[in-house]
Amino acid sequence: MSRQSLAKAHQKIQELAWEPQYHEPYMKYGTDYTFRKAAKKDPLKQVLRSYFPMEEEKDHRVYGAQDGAIRGNMFRQVQERWLEWQKLFLSIIPLPEISAARSMPMLFHAVPNPELHNGQAIQMIDEVRHSTIQQNLKRLYMNNYIDPAGFNNSLRNFQTDYCGTIGRQFAEGFITGDAITAASIYLTIVAETAFTNTLFVAMPAEAAANGDYLLPTVFHSVQSDESRHISNGYATLLMALSDEDNRQLLERDLRYAWWNNHRVVDAAIGTFIEYGTKDRRKDRESYAEMWRRWIYDDYYRSYLLPLEKYGLVIPHDLVEESWKQIWEKGYVHEVAQFFATGWLANYWRIDGMTDEDFEWFEYKYPGWYDKYGKWWENYSRLATPNGHNPIIFEDVDYVYPHRCWTCMVPCLVREDMVMQEVDGQWRTYCHEVCRWTDAEAFRPTYQGRETPNMGRLVGHREWETLYHGWNFADVVKDMGFVRDDGKTMTAQPHLNLDPKKMWTLDHMRRCPTFVSPNVTLNEMTDAEREAFRADYVRQGPAGRPAPKDA
Amino acid sequence: MTTTESNPSAPTERSVPKPVFTDAEAGAKEFPDSSPAARRYNYFTPAKRKQTHYEDVTVEVQPDPRHYLAQGWIYGFADGTNGYPLHWTKLKAWGVDEPEPARGVGTGAMHVQNWPAHGWHEFRDPNEEWEQSLYRYNANVVRQLTQNVDNARHAKAFELWTPNWIRFVERNVGAWMHIEHILGLYVFAANERSGPTNMHNTAMAVNSTRKIRFAQDLALYNLTLTEEIDGFDGTAHVEAWNSDAEWQGARKVCEALTAVQDDWGEAIFAANIVFEPLIGELFRSNLVMQAAAGNGDFVTPTVMGAGEFDYAQRDLRWTIACFGPLAEDREFAAHNKELMQGWLSHWVPQALEAARTMQPMWSQADHKPPRFEDALDRAKSRFAGICRDLNLDTPEELKQ
Repeated sequence: MSRQSLAKAHQKIQELAWEPQYHEPYMKYGTDYTFRKAAKKDPLKQVLRSYFPMEEEKDHRVYGAQDGAIRGNMFRQVQERWLEWQKLFLSIIPLPEISAARSMPMLFHAVPNPELHNGQAIQMIDEVRHSTIQQNLKRLYMNNYIDPAGFNNSLRNFQTDYCGTIGRQFAEGFITGDAITAASIYLTIVAETAFTNTLFVAMPAEAAANGDYLLPTVFHSVQSDESRHISNGYATLLMALSDEDNRQLLERDLRYAWWNNHRVVDAAIGTFIEYGTKDRRKDRESYAEMWRRWIYDDYYRSYLLPLEKYGLVIPHDLVEESWKQIWEKGYVHEVAQFFATGWLANYWRIDGMTDEDFEWFEYKYPGWYDKYGKWWENYSRLATPNGHNPIIFEDVDYVYPHRCWTCMVPCLVREDMVMQEVDGQWRTYCHEVCRWTDAEAFRPTYQGRETPNMGRLVGHREWETLYHGWNFADVVKDMGFVRDDGKTMTAQPHLNLDPKKMWTLDHMRRCPTFVSPNVTLNEMTDAEREAFRADYVRQGPAGRPAPKDA
Repeated sequence: MTTTESNPSAPTERSVPKPVFTDAEAGAKEFPDSSPAARRYNYFTPAKRKQTHYEDVTVEVQPDPRHYLAQGWIYGFADGTNGYPLHWTKLKAWGVDEPEPARGVGTGAMHVQNWPAHGWHEFRDPNEEWEQSLYRYNANVVRQLTQNVDNARHAKAFELWTPNWIRFVERNVGAWMHIEHILGLYVFAANERSGPTNMHNTAMAVNSTRKIRFAQDLALYNLTLTEEIDGFDGTAHVEAWNSDAEWQGARKVCEALTAVQDDWGEAIFAANIVFEPLIGELFRSNLVMQAAAGNGDFVTPTVMGAGEFDYAQRDLRWTIACFGPLAEDREFAAHNKELMQGWLSHWVPQALEAARTMQPMWSQADHKPPRFEDALDRAKSRFAGICRDLNLDTPEELKQ
């Protein structure tokens, strides 16, 4: 930057603000929000003359670290348990990043404040950076980590697999539907301000503890851009709050965005941090402790609560319910158990838990062993092929769950499952809030108010539907999760790379036929469905069948 | 206590993660997929024999239900559209009329084997823009510009400017910043949600970045001049942009580019194929950069030149690579040519009319640049060359 001060330079570029004189720009993206009052200042005060060299310098540091990691043989110290989960994470995250870039034009159209457009344009460029820098990190892992399978077919896998589809909410949710709901409330107000803390700060810390210092290098560099994006969201939120008519929509969207982020991000990142680590020091924070610090204290209490005085209706009940899900109802443990149950549908290897892990879990989550310990012992017992089927097809006191139609994470906290016939189809939901999201929020009217710009939940949302009636060897082959010998599976329920210990399509061939829970549900009579519901909500924890004596 | 004495109250060991030798580096073991051949992204076909770094970080990041997206898009707009609809431009690439795989109960993923399934996926940005290239390029530009302007300041170069040239720069060079800003934000950035592939949308986003940077370069240059030249009116550009007759034609076309109805293809085509050579280069190269030296100004051409290089070497390059093959598309060449010829017929007269309203600017400086008609002829000749590169006919309207 030249001698001109940043503030002065920023003031100057405000002279670029455009008031159309001959033609109004085409407004492609609609919103039900109105912005009639109170234009806000661009909070970023960023000019490109200083921005580009700053980002270039950040790049130098990132790529310098990457060179150093390779020269220093970082991968001799990387924990495979950890890096395997990166096959999932890094297959998903470049799409949310680039989708965040794509969402910015929606805000140009919806937020009539040229001053904010400057910040949004810089966010757009940032997000292109993030997406490509993450694709590049994955490329480095693929080239240098012992097992490239799962990295090398990453984006095909992600687009085929149910985990990728769950993750895609964190992308399509930014770019589709009501422009403010998507690009402002869901993306910047909740996802970036609250949940990137666990994504980009807490998780990299765990990576470092597992011998991988490149994930922190890249993601802290990314996170240093996120603070700018948070400012974008805040300025738009204050503008929206100035208009009374928006309050009802803000309340709806905060509830939807909070709950969906909790369901998706806590499921994934909670699993990575708790079940992907080998660091079992008792004084290292558990995901629940991190959540309490980063989400509850830093976001909820420090960011959201002060907005109450501006008229924002805060979803206190959902914040508390999310905490309850994590702390009392074992949400993260249930998800990790499900990932491991369905290891054969994945494209990464999942390590079993050991006595040292059990001890740590019991210390951090008292009562953990009684709920989950036995199942994980069975997981290890059934890890290598020895005449038995994968754990999903064995009797280990686990009932395969139904999938939530809204968040697409299965209904794992069984007691919370609700179902409803929506759009002519019986659907299961993991929680009442997910039912509300599909059946009430994403609709053209909301509480009697016309909401013509609100989006829709569409697509083949239950992955199992596509493979109803298939043998799992054909499922895996169809998805392409097979190694280069044409038979060994990419996924394994252990870390042993001895080919004799690895599962192949031949092992899958003898498994029972796979059925879709949702297809089955819709084939039931009303009485059968009610009996199913009554049984389901009595199941668990840890997927156990409902007690027979009750 | 000396440093050699131990402190009994000090903790014996800090709680830190312990390094563990895991031997998890490439090549440590042999197993299926351990070979070097498995260490490449294998889910896309590169444009050339060897896949590029740009392709690795760009291709397939934005999914397509015709390829791997087994469960389809999961969010929709209220009108039922979702994802990145191919009909958000009237242009067509081969294969787009083929139906998407109809997935449902027991169908499996239905990956399309013959890929690409449609021609949009053949596009690659010849600039190979991703984060490293875009930051290196733009950081170099702003560094060089800052040095040029600083050097001029130290050399008292602005003292050589004639009063008329000062007026010219404060009004006209200043006015141009608005065009770059509007095109950057409300044409290129505004359309980077609309393209059919990640390659298209990233190219638009990066094009937008250069435009916004250039607009700010001009604004900050204007600020420097305000500080360095007595009597330089740093706000005159706003008045010129809002009121000067010679700017209203260009403004009208520029604003019309933001108003293109639901067709990213037309907006980008009209901006980079028509507006830029006939108005942008006409003003930047054939007026400002030609006139400056004679009026004692060796600085402004370096600022303008950076923007000119953006367009000539990068913006136009990707645009030709994007639209050129569509004019020769194996299925829709005739449709696309007719459409693009129609766009030329629509936009060229507007651009020429705007160019002519700019003519008085050629007389404003003491030292005159080459004649307006000669400048316009050069711009027309350049434009005709671009049409040839695109395999399009030079429109009759160019004779106006």
